[in-house]
Amino acid sequence: MISIFIKEVNEFLNSLIAYVVIGVFLIGIGLLMWVFPDTNILDYGYASLEPLFSFGPYVFMFLIPAITMKSFAEERRTGTIELLQTLPFRDSQIILGKFFAGFFLVLFSVIPTLVYYFSVSSLGNPVGNLDTPGIIGSYIGLVLLGGVFTSIGILSSALTGNQIVSFILAAFLSFFFYTGIDSIASINVWADWSYYISEFGIMAHYSSISRGLLDLVDIVYFVSLIAIMLLLTQLIIGSRK
Amino acid sequence: MSVSIQQLTKVFGEQTAVNGISFEASEGMITGFLGPNGAGKSTTMKMATGYIRPTSGKILVDGIDVEENPIAAKRIIGYLPEHNPLYLDMYVREFLGFVASAYGLKNAKKRVEEMIELVGLERERSKRLSALSKGYRQRVGLAKSLIHDPKVLILDEPTSGLDPNQILEIRQVIKNISADKTVIISTHIMQEVEAICDHVVIIDRGNMVANDELSKLKEGLGNTSGIIMEFEKPVNTAVFAEAGFELKDYGKNAYLIESDRSDLRAELLRITSEHDLPLSSLTKAQNSLEEIFHRLTQGKAS
Repeated sequence: MISIFIKEVNEFLNSLIAYVVIGVFLIGIGLLMWVFPDTNILDYGYASLEPLFSFGPYVFMFLIPAITMKSFAEERRTGTIELLQTLPFRDSQIILGKFFAGFFLVLFSVIPTLVYYFSVSSLGNPVGNLDTPGIIGSYIGLVLLGGVFTSIGILSSALTGNQIVSFILAAFLSFFFYTGIDSIASINVWADWSYYISEFGIMAHYSSISRGLLDLVDIVYFVSLIAIMLLLTQLIIGSRK
Repeated sequence: MSVSIQQLTKVFGEQTAVNGISFEASEGMITGFLGPNGAGKSTTMKMATGYIRPTSGKILVDGIDVEENPIAAKRIIGYLPEHNPLYLDMYVREFLGFVASAYGLKNAKKRVEEMIELVGLERERSKRLSALSKGYRQRVGLAKSLIHDPKVLILDEPTSGLDPNQILEIRQVIKNISADKTVIISTHIMQEVEAICDHVVIIDRGNMVANDELSKLKEGLGNTSGIIMEFEKPVNTAVFAEAGFELKDYGKNAYLIESDRSDLRAELLRITSEHDLPLSSLTKAQNSLEEIFHRLTQGKAS
């Protein structure tokens, strides 16, 4: 697994993907947080990292599929999947190696935003007046959400040999799991069930973690969603033999 | 240390790509795996390396069942797939290092350098794979399949697309390393088989049509010396029988006349022109592997 992980990370670093993804994420979030008049926290007046955590998922929705769209689609197109599958790797090792490489990139794009915590903290009145537990929770939520989007991206890439199809599918599925299920839950027809339906979506769990409330249920939800996506990927890779 | 393929069958949808073939390849021998395009050579090799699963049948590599214990089998197999897929963004050393780490080799760095020397990549060692020509990429593929010193080497058309000098070099490499290994090599170049193979397996449309040592295969054909006569359309061959020739069927409208007589061709030409038969060719029968291949695979088709 580690050799696949290293290979994938090197591939990100050697191609421009890593730099573009991290750069675009930081520029996008930076503009939203500090510059754009509707969203920047200077005008907002409250010392919080709200824009990062509310817009971060939407930026990820496009960036993560761009990271993962290559993973299996490209291997299949160029035939290198045969090379990989005839080396002594289990399918699960290949999938996990690719997943963690994508996840690593997501982590790396989030880490620089920790700077915002300190700048917002020193802007507070009094200085340091910030909801630290809430921010820690939000960071955990954002990272887990990045993990879910990565696993969705890996699954989409395994489903097709075409990178563009994979990208669109991953972006759509990420969107569906993030806000789609929540919106479906709010349709009047099944008003009685809306709470249970929304619990299937990411939004319900993400917002609960963002409050700084680290509930085991939410963590389990994210981790099992990742596991389900990766297991489905394994089924698909296995059935192609 | 051998490869044993038992009643191997692969069905893709409605098409039977490989139909119950069985053969053994033993250590220290190079087994040539021949067949026309689409005969099922690559499919068989993909099954032997655990890349695709057989519909039925068994593959034992050094006693290990490939399906039951794929990881253990993959550790002792070196495989060069058809078309030689490579990560073209990687550098030669980086790629071989990745493969070495996949096999968990301890002396990875040393092995990489050894392989580079073995296949003659010294001058290209710090190049990107995408910058290499086809022949050099093929060498990288070969180095990749040899790096863990496999007991079994499965090479799918290792010399395709190479220039004549490169073909000779690659063949020499294969021959040199084959002493203590089991090598299975697929090809459709007959000279290659005659040059390096000890044992030959021929398949045609999924069925095995020959499985023997090269020398026996040639003997088994009988030491034919004679003439092959081919006509444009079916003819009445009675006239030849009258003249004392024995005609054997040899494909569509073609006949083999076995005889050592030196004036055979002149005599046959005389008869054909006398009876105004539409002769299209008159060739000397060659007792070559090409002939065997042709007869076993094409003869039946027509």
